[in-house]
Formats: sequence, structure tokens, C-alpha cells
Amino acid sequence: MTTDRIEKSVVLKASRSQVWRALTSADQFGAWFGAKMNGPFVAGMRATGRITIPDYDHLNLELLIDRIEPESLFSYRWHPYAVEADVDYSSEPMTLVEFHLADDPGGIKLTVIESGFDQIPIARRATAYRMNDGGWAGQMQNIARYVTGLPQ
Amino acid sequence: MTPAATSRQVGGHHTAPIFAALGDETRLALMLRLGSGGPHSIAQLAAESPLTRQAITKHLEVLGAAGLVRSDRRGRERIWNVQPDRLDEARQFLAEVSRQWDAALGRLKHFVEE
Repeated sequence: MTTDRIEKSVVLKASRSQVWRALTSADQFGAWFGAKMNGPFVAGMRATGRITIPDYDHLNLELLIDRIEPESLFSYRWHPYAVEADVDYSSEPMTLVEFHLADDPGGIKLTVIESGFDQIPIARRATAYRMNDGGWAGQMQNIARYVTGLPQ
Repeated sequence: MTPAATSRQVGGHHTAPIFAALGDETRLALMLRLGSGGPHSIAQLAAESPLTRQAITKHLEVLGAAGLVRSDRRGRERIWNVQPDRLDEARQFLAEVSRQWDAALGRLKHFVEE
């Protein structure tokens, strides 16, 4: 793992078309993601909606739909962690979120990759944390593992 | 996360590409040295490194622009020091985004398997 991307995989006990619909039907996406979308997802178009997760339901969700390759790849760009309603994020770079589907003995393996964090100005939205008790040596080891991709 | 814990500016470096600053082996090594060994001057860092003073200065300035290190003048030298808050914020930001994906994928799993 680098500082530029997050990658997650999960095996879903469902058919490929079920997983695909859950990702690319705006209503189904909203149902699990926690948003009420205003319209369908169309490649190259903007999709807007409202977050429905408690404590965040004052926030709008905006996705720039990137690629829709049936039952294989769905991707969009967005402003990650855009949790302050009064902040205009439009001038900031976006990250790219990709959902890749692959066959797996247990069902469908879904891999999510979010990339492009290198150019994101983070301090405004980053949670402020104080140094933890591990001190600098421990902290630096964490960082070293973090940016070199070694297991934590 | 809570709304109260989402926003803070540190040292005015709110637009610095902090991850890009860290995504370089030389700069990471400098961070490790300053982090584990305490404040150093350029001369001290250069004595322990194959890099020239000029190269080290350049890398430290990139880290400095991202708010990750700071220099203080001591006599005729500049002494470089890490800025722990900024580094921790960077790490915590990705950890938080990562945690949100875990939660979202958990909801997706529940959604398609129910």
C-alpha cells in the first residue's frame, strides 16, 4: 500500500449480476452506501444525491461517473471525506473510485480501489489527532510500514 | 468521526500535498532520521548520508512546504525538526477513509447477501 491509494476486497455470496446491480443501479447503490440518488448512473455524467447516514444527512453526494463496463468495472470520481457542508470542494482534485468484479470460489470478489490521494489537500478536513503514547519511534515505524506497504 | 473533529488548519499548510511529500524514499529516510534521532542540522544529516547538503536541503524544503518538518535558526545553522501533528493527520486521514470503506462494504455485503 502506498500513500496514494486504498485497496479493499470482499467476497460476496451473490451472483455477478446481483453485485453489478447493487453497484450501478443508483437506487441500489444508495441503499447500501447510504444515499438517496436523484437519477441514474450514466458514464461521463454527474450523479447527485443526499447522504442518508445519520449525522451526515445534511450532506450532498456528488459522483462523476467514469466507466460503466457491464458486470466488470464501475468507476467514478469524487471528493473523498467531504464532510463539511459549508466547504466548497469543487476546486480540489478528486480521487478515482473503481469497483472491479472477479469470479471467486465463494461468489464474486469485489475489489475497491480509491486512488489519487497524493494531490488531495488534507489538513482542512483531516481529523486532528495528537501524538499517541507510542512516541516518535513507534510512530515512525508505523509510517514506514504504511508507506512501504509492509504488513502492519 | 464526529463533525467537531473534522476540521483544523495547522500552520496554514492546508493546501500542501502532504502525501506526495512523503511518497519518496529519500524524504521518508530523512523523516525517520529526524523522528528517531531528534533535531539535526543539515551538516549532521549530510555527515550520515551519501547526499549532498544541497540535495538534503531541497528534500527538507519539500517536507517543510507540506508542514511535516520545520527549521529553527540556531546561530548560523538551521536545525530541522519533525512536526508530529501533520504526519499523524496524514496517516489518520487515510485510516479514516479506509475505515469508511470497510463500513460501506459491510453494508454492501449485507445488502446483496440478504
